Amino acid sequence: MTTPETDAPFDAPWQAQLFGLTVALSDAGLFPWTDWTQALGAELKAGHPYWQAWLAALETLLAARGIALPDEVAALAHQWQEAAHGTPHGTPIRLENAPLSSCG
Amino acid sequence: MPHDHHDHEHDNHLDPMDARVRALETILTRKGLIDPAAVDAIIDTYAHKVGPQNGAAVVARAWTDPDFADWLRRDATAAIAAMGFTGRQGEHMQAVFNTPDQHNVIVCTLCSCYPWTVLGLPPVWYKSPAYRSRVVLEPRAVLAEFGLELPTDTKVRVWDSTAELRYLVVPMRPEGTEGMGPEALAALVTRESMVGTGLPRVPA
Repeated sequence: MTTPETDAPFDAPWQAQLFGLTVALSDAGLFPWTDWTQALGAELKAGHPYWQAWLAALETLLAARGIALPDEVAALAHQWQEAAHGTPHGTPIRLENAPLSSCG
Repeated sequence: MPHDHHDHEHDNHLDPMDARVRALETILTRKGLIDPAAVDAIIDTYAHKVGPQNGAAVVARAWTDPDFADWLRRDATAAIAAMGFTGRQGEHMQAVFNTPDQHNVIVCTLCSCYPWTVLGLPPVWYKSPAYRSRVVLEPRAVLAEFGLELPTDTKVRVWDSTAELRYLVVPMRPEGTEGMGPEALAALVTRESMVGTGLPRVPA
């Protein structure tokens, strides 16, 4: 039950990034960790896979505080995907590489 | 979402989750709410520096130093902090000691609360819905799946972690370890033995 594959805390870099963001925000006092576990628990109860639930919980907390609204996140996520398409393989993806991204 | 029909095979591709995380990070950085370098430092700490070796050092010390064991039993937060392992979320720690009469197991039924400071980040199975629900209902069956068969007269107690209170299982010191020092003992203490889904290794 504890093979090396299931042992790693993260399956993909974005999960580690998401984890780091969440801890940094709590450290900065944006929300107490108890709020965090409640938000995560609610998303897990809805049956989402673990890291998807984590992302949904953080988006919910930030939207509730007016820090990052869903439309804003969706638009910027789209820009990031455009930037990825505009970036040659093997080089870091930068938001400036998105077409029509003047604010990057 | 419209697709570019001239996709280059060398283009980078971001999956939607990755793109949303980057979007959040961009917004938070622009608002000055996070420092990307601090985020990287947190990831580095939990991916590489904090791990079960911390908890193993705590357990080995408790096995060899009765005063420390007593302190750990009374005030685990302070005793663990005295070894240099402190939590970030202000959580309290409680050490639960295995005895011949009682075996302890930890879980977080709500989400994935775990004693990060002494065990690092939880493995995938600890976060799985199956473990979180079943270990409470049928602990012996779950432990058996981990290869742990306990004597029938040993009681199994399951401790449900929260954001404020997290548990560390202190396993019993294996037989045949008389005369071993804390460092050699720490090498016997597995992560599973400190969650309660396993026992320490026995000396070769």
